[in-house]
Amino acid sequence: RQQKEENSTPEPYSCYGHAPLAHLASSPDRRRGESRGGRRPRMFRNQYDTDVTTWSPQGRLFQVEYAMEAVKQGSACVGLRSATHAVLAAANKSANELSSHQRKVFRVADHAGVALAGLTADGRVLSRFLRNECINHAFVYDAPLPVSRLALRLADKAQVCTQRSWKRPYGVGLLVAGLDESGAHLYYNCPSGNYFEYQAFAIGSRSQAAKTYLERRFEKFNAYTPDELIKDALSAIKETLQGEKLTSSNCTIAIVGRKEDGTVEPFSMIDSKRIQEIIDSMEAADEAPAADVPAESSSMQEDRGDAPAARDAPAADEPAAPDAPAPMDI
Amino acid sequence: YNLERRENPYVTGNSVIAMKYKDGVIMACDTGASYGSTLRYKSVERIKEVGKHSLIGGSGEFSDFQEILRYLDELTLNDHMWDDGNSLGPKEIHAYLTRVMYNRRNKFDPLWNSLVLGGVKKGPKGDEKYLGMVNMIGTHFEENHIATGFGNHMAIPILRGEWREDMTFEEAVKLIEKCLLVLLYRDRSSINKFQIAKITTEGSTIYPPYALKTNWGFAAFENPSKGAVGTW
Repeated sequence: RQQKEENSTPEPYSCYGHAPLAHLASSPDRRRGESRGGRRPRMFRNQYDTDVTTWSPQGRLFQVEYAMEAVKQGSACVGLRSATHAVLAAANKSANELSSHQRKVFRVADHAGVALAGLTADGRVLSRFLRNECINHAFVYDAPLPVSRLALRLADKAQVCTQRSWKRPYGVGLLVAGLDESGAHLYYNCPSGNYFEYQAFAIGSRSQAAKTYLERRFEKFNAYTPDELIKDALSAIKETLQGEKLTSSNCTIAIVGRKEDGTVEPFSMIDSKRIQEIIDSMEAADEAPAADVPAESSSMQEDRGDAPAARDAPAADEPAAPDAPAPMDI
Repeated sequence: YNLERRENPYVTGNSVIAMKYKDGVIMACDTGASYGSTLRYKSVERIKEVGKHSLIGGSGEFSDFQEILRYLDELTLNDHMWDDGNSLGPKEIHAYLTRVMYNRRNKFDPLWNSLVLGGVKKGPKGDEKYLGMVNMIGTHFEENHIATGFGNHMAIPILRGEWREDMTFEEAVKLIEKCLLVLLYRDRSSINKFQIAKITTEGSTIYPPYALKTNWGFAAFENPSKGAVGTW
């Protein structure tokens, strides 16, 4: 339990139906449980969730699903990519003021890196595995391991843990970002062993806010410059902070890509000074990225808190120059 | 493993010559394979395509060359099955072969070959030509022109003198034929049946075998025993 990142609502991690698993409430198992007087509505799920190698009658592996819960409890991570660059951003949370924050973004090779959410100890071990795979490939073939193949090896490793009675699934979700000869890529690998490629994605707690932010913009990402990607990543992370002020000390950003001259910009964290500069310029420009928002400002999301709602409303009035300091409307 | 184990080559191919030219890489060798001093096989193809972007030429033990082709076949097949927009280029294949050759050498069980690996692959900075060599002890390097076996002694001096960047295909063929001719005259194990292969971004072509014109009409050959009475 100590390994987990700080939760907003620490709860006893039991199988007997607690709030984070509420999304499973509609499962047929519940109905079955209710027939027992409804004392413990989800009691019957307990029958099939002891081992990862036990199926439920509905064809689910509950241990795997619980592992994916662990990912949702971690602090947020965001990834997005253009045709040439990929950016990863993470919200830093520390257990208390005295400690440093957990490292969530790891360089795996010059051309690839990961951001993780969930059990960071599991994430550390998987990062070491990924680094090893990249190094071995580079040693034999003198070339970087293509990102799709890296993601596949990670997924296969995760799958093994869903099919051995003496193992447990990894409790960490990874956003794998990298560059290979077919361009920049972003993958999400989850504890189930599934993985998909994404233009943009967010994981961890309150990631839905970031996902919503990204959903409105992702169609343009392919043509984004690296700076625009970074700005949108920061904005997406800001969404997950829900009111808390975004500063360079509570987020980490990393970027990898191919520069215009064809050379590789290796995977590296952006230093906090520069992050702060970007945050400041974003706030000065009211961080409204030009004219693509007006039509959607009416689809304001309910999971946004307070000030963010007002922030987007005036977007329609903004000129298409996010860098030019515009007068604050709020 | 047996520290005393040594191989001896049995059926061997002789020199392979290759060089970069304007559109890609050109490679040539004869089609003979010797069994010791006997010229046993005369229609052996010692240059093969590898994947989409490379050619490999092999001299030395021919069965080991066939084994290497099988390894490469597995490698390129797996690479192709990914179907993910990535493919192994000549540099990767060269690096892979280097690992294989060097590891076998360290086990005292070498693949008795000198391999020439050439190809063209589209890179971020445009088309990149690649030409390299790796031999049975794992020595490997990249160069603008490569030759194995006797070619090292006879063809390389010519190539060093006359190779230029951006030769056209015709110029390259002429230069290669000059080298092949020298080897034909001077290397006992060569035969007058050659194959030229080229690889460009469009793909690879291995041309059908053909012969070079030789000239033996020198005065000194007319009456060879003139200066040595009693000889035959």
